[in-house]
Amino acid sequence: MNRKLLDLWVGFFVAIGIAALLFLALKVGNLSAANFAETYTLVAKFDNIGGLKVRGPVKSAGVVVGRVADIGFDPLSYEAVVTLKIEARYRFPKDTFASILTAGLLGEQYIGLDVGGDEAMLQPGETIAKTQSAVVLEKLISQFLFNKASEGTEK
Amino acid sequence: MAERFLAIVERLGHAVNERLQRLGFATRFFFMLLLYSGQAFRRIHLTIREVYFSGVLSLLIILVSGLFVGLVLGLQGYETLQRYGSSEALGILVALSLTRELGPVVAGLLFASRAGSSITAEIGLMKATEQLKAMDMMAVNPIARVVAPRFWGGVISMPLLAALFSAMGIFGGYLIGVVFIGVDEGAFWSQMQASVDFHTDIWNGVVKSFVFGAAVSLIAVYEGYDSVPTAEGVSRAITRTVVNSALAILALDFVLTSFMFRGL
Repeated sequence: MNRKLLDLWVGFFVAIGIAALLFLALKVGNLSAANFAETYTLVAKFDNIGGLKVRGPVKSAGVVVGRVADIGFDPLSYEAVVTLKIEARYRFPKDTFASILTAGLLGEQYIGLDVGGDEAMLQPGETIAKTQSAVVLEKLISQFLFNKASEGTEK
Repeated sequence: MAERFLAIVERLGHAVNERLQRLGFATRFFFMLLLYSGQAFRRIHLTIREVYFSGVLSLLIILVSGLFVGLVLGLQGYETLQRYGSSEALGILVALSLTRELGPVVAGLLFASRAGSSITAEIGLMKATEQLKAMDMMAVNPIARVVAPRFWGGVISMPLLAALFSAMGIFGGYLIGVVFIGVDEGAFWSQMQASVDFHTDIWNGVVKSFVFGAAVSLIAVYEGYDSVPTAEGVSRAITRTVVNSALAILALDFVLTSFMFRGL
């Protein structure tokens, strides 16, 4: 086999190999320009984060606007400190409400941002003041059972 | 009685000794290989020729097996997921299992049996027909001329083959899930995109396939170079290549997985 034909085949092989890698990265892994977009950080403190994970989505009106960058624990206030990376093109007012929500009954947990009416915007690095913790299913069930039990004694 | 016991211990010691010696030679061989790689790269067409033999000629088996693995994953995944009413998660299941595990591992096993065995056979026969010795006599280093290009050809081919395998498998899963069974196409892709992460899933898969490629290629060239230069010796060397490569891939996969996906 002459060298030109051999080079052609190897070139073809490398090209489709790289095309497969690009397909995996762009179509499967969704590595688009958005992942490299500039971000700024916001901090939110929660009493309980439930099953929230690092890299979990941050959504506003159902649209992903950022990701959870880091989860820490504040030993003074005994709260979970969640650092959010928000895309720079989205700004949120000062009275934005951050809550931990669950997609579906058993789906992954994400942070939902409900926008308030304040004119001033949250600056990078600022803390979101109003937060709501994750709903823990066990607590909900025990609350429900306690209510049922107390109803029973009243009658 | 005591004599028989002694004989057993003697044989055991001999076997351990031999294995250790082979391991030591393999390590020395690997460093020699790296040392002479610069010399091999100066004649790059030798490496390109090996990429053709171990990469391009493995394309067909990799693409067809990838497609079938994807089809089976699509069918089995749907069968299980629809019991829990979450057949839209089929995309996640197919993509994650292929990019994280099946792509690198199965492509590696196929690569070992398709390309690794032929590398061992070629080098082993060169040794049996004293071509390697002849090269040495002509002041051509056989490691730089024969071994290093085959090693690097395998190292270059393997990640590309694994990526093709995964891509083909995901296409197979799409074909079964969306085209034949009728899972919603939008949900299939969007759920996949939401939970496949470039760094943890795809990049780690590429790293795995690179490591497997290096391991298989090293085992193949070593077994060929170290083979007993007879017909029987070469055939034994080929068997050892396939067996050792498969074991190395699976063991390395466990080690790499435990490093990469700890606590995720």
